Amino acid sequence: VRRAAAGVVIAALASVPGWASLFWVNVGTQVLIFAVFAMSLDLVLGYGGMPSLGHAAFYGAGAYACALIALRVTDGNLLLMLAAGIVSGAAVAALIGALALRARGVYFLMLTLALGQMLWALAERWTSVTGGSDGLFGVSRPALPGGVGPALGPGRNYYVFTLVLAVAAFVALRLVVASPFGRTLAGIRESEQRSRALGYAAFPHQWLTLVIAGAVAGLAGALATLFNGYANPEQLHWTTSGLVLVATILGGTRSLVGPALGAAFIVLMQTGISSLSERSGLVIGLSLVAVVLFLPGGLVGLARRVPALRTATRRG
Amino acid sequence: VRQVLQLALDGLAFGGLVFLLAAGLSVIFGLMDVLNLAHGSFYMLGAYAGVSVLQATGSFWLALLIAPICLAVIGALMETVLFRRVYGQGHLSQVLLTFGFTLIFVDLVRWGYGPETRSIAAPSALGGVTSFLGVRYPLYRLFVIGVAAALAVTMIVFWRRSRVGAILRAAVVDRQMVGLLGIDVNRVFTLTFIAGPYLSVYPGMDDVVLVLALVVVVIGGLGSIEGAVVGAVILGMANSFGTFYLQQFAVSLVFAVMAVILLVRPTGLFGIGR
Repeated sequence: VRRAAAGVVIAALASVPGWASLFWVNVGTQVLIFAVFAMSLDLVLGYGGMPSLGHAAFYGAGAYACALIALRVTDGNLLLMLAAGIVSGAAVAALIGALALRARGVYFLMLTLALGQMLWALAERWTSVTGGSDGLFGVSRPALPGGVGPALGPGRNYYVFTLVLAVAAFVALRLVVASPFGRTLAGIRESEQRSRALGYAAFPHQWLTLVIAGAVAGLAGALATLFNGYANPEQLHWTTSGLVLVATILGGTRSLVGPALGAAFIVLMQTGISSLSERSGLVIGLSLVAVVLFLPGGLVGLARRVPALRTATRRG
Repeated sequence: VRQVLQLALDGLAFGGLVFLLAAGLSVIFGLMDVLNLAHGSFYMLGAYAGVSVLQATGSFWLALLIAPICLAVIGALMETVLFRRVYGQGHLSQVLLTFGFTLIFVDLVRWGYGPETRSIAAPSALGGVTSFLGVRYPLYRLFVIGVAAALAVTMIVFWRRSRVGAILRAAVVDRQMVGLLGIDVNRVFTLTFIAGPYLSVYPGMDDVVLVLALVVVVIGGLGSIEGAVVGAVILGMANSFGTFYLQQFAVSLVFAVMAVILLVRPTGLFGIGR
C-alpha cells in the first residue's frame, strides 16, 4: 500500500509540468529544493535528536561551491557542479560537527548557530572569492552529461530533473534511517548512556549523520544555484536555518514526508501567494507559534490522529 | 602605544555595549532556562519605542526611561501568556516559539516604521570629544563603558552579596523555585536601550544583536554574569584589534576566538554545564 501511495504521489508530482503554468512549475521546483533541504535536517533533528540551527551552512556551502565551480573552473560540466555542492556540504558538516558535537542540546544549537554565522560573515566579507553581499551570479544551466536528453534550461525540464534528484535523496535518506546505522542512531537519541553501555559510541554516529545530512543539504544548495543562477549570503544566514527548522517542525519530524510538506508551506507563503509574500514573516511566525502551542506533532502528527491515515504515515 | 590604547578603548566600548545586550540573554537562560531567540527582537522593539518617544518629546533621557518600561511590559505579557505553557516541553519548543516571534516582530516593525534606517543622535551633553590619557576620544563611548561597568558591578554585587541574589542563585540550582520568581529578570536587559545611538536602528538589526549576544554568552558560559563580562570584553577586543589589523576579516577572528575557547571549555569559561 505504501509503495503504491508513493508511486501515485511521484506520478502526480511528475505530471505537474504537463498542466501547470510556468510560474507554478517554478514554484514547484523551489518546493522540491527546499524539501530536500528540510529532509536532510530531519535526519539530524528528527532521527538524530540534534537540534541544529546552523543547517544553512551546509546548504549555502553547496550553493557557493556549485557557483564557484561553474564560474571559475568549468562551464557546462553538470556532474562536477553537483558533486562540488555535495562534497562541500559534507566537508563543512564534518568541520562544524567536529566542533559542535562537543556540546549537547541547547549548547549544540547555539554552537551550530554561531559557527554558521561565521560562514555567513566570511561570505559577506571575502569579496574576492564570494562576491560579497551581492553573491556570485551568472550561472547557467548546462546540458546533461554526454549531451543526452533534453536541455535543462527550460523551467519545465529543470523541474523534472530536480524531482528525480529529490526522489533519489528521499530514498537514500530512508535507506540510511532503516539501516543498522540508523537504528543505532535512534538508540543513541533515546538514551546515549545505554547505547554507550552497549558499545556504541555517540560521537562517530552523530558526526557521520551530520556529514550525510550535510551532503544532502549541499545537493539542495547546488540545485538552488542551478535554479536561481546565483548564490548569495542570504542562503547562509541563520534565518535560513530557522526557516528550514520551521518547515521540519511544522510538517512533523521523523517522517521525511512531513518536512517536505512543511517546505511546501514555507515556499508557498514566501513566493507562491504574492498577496501574502509581503507579510510572509508574520504568517509563518504565527503558524509556528500556533503549532508549538497546539499541535506538537506538526502536520504529520495531525494525520496520525486520523485512523485511516495512520497506516500510511506510520513512522518507519 | 597611543594606537593600542585607542584600540583598547574601542574594544572596551564595544564590549560594554555587547555586555548590555548579552547580560539579559545570559541571566534569563541561567534563571529561567529559556533560550530566548527573540532577545534581539526585544532590543529592536525597544529601540523603535525609543525612536517614537524621541520624536514625540525630543528628549533622549525620557526615551531612555520609557523604552525599557515598554519592553518590560511586553516581556511580562509574553512570559505570562505564552512561555509558561511550554516550560515543560524542552528547549526546542522555546527556541521555535521565540524564533516565531523574531519573524513576527521584524515584519511588524517593517510594516509600522518602514524599511529605512533611523538614527538616534546622542544628547548634546555627551556628543563631544574628550581627551583621555592623551587620546582624543568620543565622550559617548566613554559613557557607554561607564554604564556597562556600573551595571556589571551592580549585577555581580547584587548576585553575590544581596539576599535576593542568594535566592536567585539558589533558583539557578533548583529550578522548581523559578516559577515563584517569574519575570523580574526582564528588567535587567531592558537597560539595553542605551545602545541606541551606537548601533543604527533598522528592521533586521535584531539579527546582529542576537548573534553578538549569543557569541558573548557562548564564550562566557550561559547563566553567568562574570562570564558575560569576560566574554564581552574578549569579543570587544577581538573586534577592535581585528578590525585594525585584519580589516574585513575581523568577524572571522571573533568567531575563531570563540571556537578555540569552546574547544578548551565546551560550556564556556564560566559555564555551569548541565
